[in-house]
Amino acid sequence: MVDEETLDGNAIGGLLMEVFGTDMTTAVATCGSCGAASQVAELPVYMPGLGTVARCRSCQSVLMVFTEVRRVTCVDLMGLASLSYGPN
Amino acid sequence: MAGTAVRGRLSTWQTATVGPVTDETPKVRTLRLEVPEWPGHRAGQHVDIRLTADDGYQAERAYSIASAPGEPLAITVERLDDGEVSPYLTEEARTGDQLEVRGPIGGYFVWEPGSDSGGPLLLAAGGSGIVPLRAIVRERSRAGSSVPVRLLYSSRSWEDVIYSTEFGLPPGGVEVIYTLTRSQPRMWQGYARRVDDQMLAEVAWPTADRPLAYVCGPTNFVESVAAGLVKLGYPAGRVKTERFGATGG
Repeated sequence: MVDEETLDGNAIGGLLMEVFGTDMTTAVATCGSCGAASQVAELPVYMPGLGTVARCRSCQSVLMVFTEVRRVTCVDLMGLASLSYGPN
Repeated sequence: MAGTAVRGRLSTWQTATVGPVTDETPKVRTLRLEVPEWPGHRAGQHVDIRLTADDGYQAERAYSIASAPGEPLAITVERLDDGEVSPYLTEEARTGDQLEVRGPIGGYFVWEPGSDSGGPLLLAAGGSGIVPLRAIVRERSRAGSSVPVRLLYSSRSWEDVIYSTEFGLPPGGVEVIYTLTRSQPRMWQGYARRVDDQMLAEVAWPTADRPLAYVCGPTNFVESVAAGLVKLGYPAGRVKTERFGATGG
């Protein structure tokens, strides 16, 4: 699944800062499908042009989707069981 | 978790003025950026740069910060021939030009003196992946840290090596190991192939030293080096990675 176009969660640090108001690259994302937990910076990220997708590192489920429509960022976190911010 | 919509992305972009520009290689340039409200940054962080065309079309890209904390903000950019942002930054931008910058960004691929248990650092760079690692080496010197560093730097050719003058005389305790994957100068005695498990076994600190690794570059480079280090026994949590995608930024 990881091909040479795949980025990682570092690449969406700026976008996440806009959405959450703080750095989220060290936040822990827990997959709603398989339960795997990892830091956001470690998630595979795809930016095909229409939007931005972050997947689970273990089962590849879609965790987060960001799309921008007329300067409004739409955020879909349905794939996450939790996104916890704090010392880890 | 539920979805939502976030209105307005106006607050965090700031206007930056291009300062002095330095050519590093025929395709790579370092640009100082003057940002009036710059809050300071940490070694390993990046900024997003946004350009707006006359018709309102916007393009943004992430660039690693090349300077250490406490030094003026600078980015080093490699020109991608089909890029939307890097051709402007490497060919057209002049001192005094203005662009938009967001940052500093990132808390994961960051090094700070004393923030770890003191094991040696292994830094591995593919191409322009050297940029955040250069900030780390400079921060180490600036902070007076004596943590031993080995920097493994993979480039296509000697002409593509960024910061060759700076790393030609590295600070004490920093060892720079090059590999040139496509062409080598005559009499070249360094490595001349892609980083592989054998090379990592020769270069990487033994796991008993509790090393901490930072790996940055094109995605394939990062995947292969990180997997190789884990095979050598590095715990995955001690290998920090940042991927630039296919093209290196």
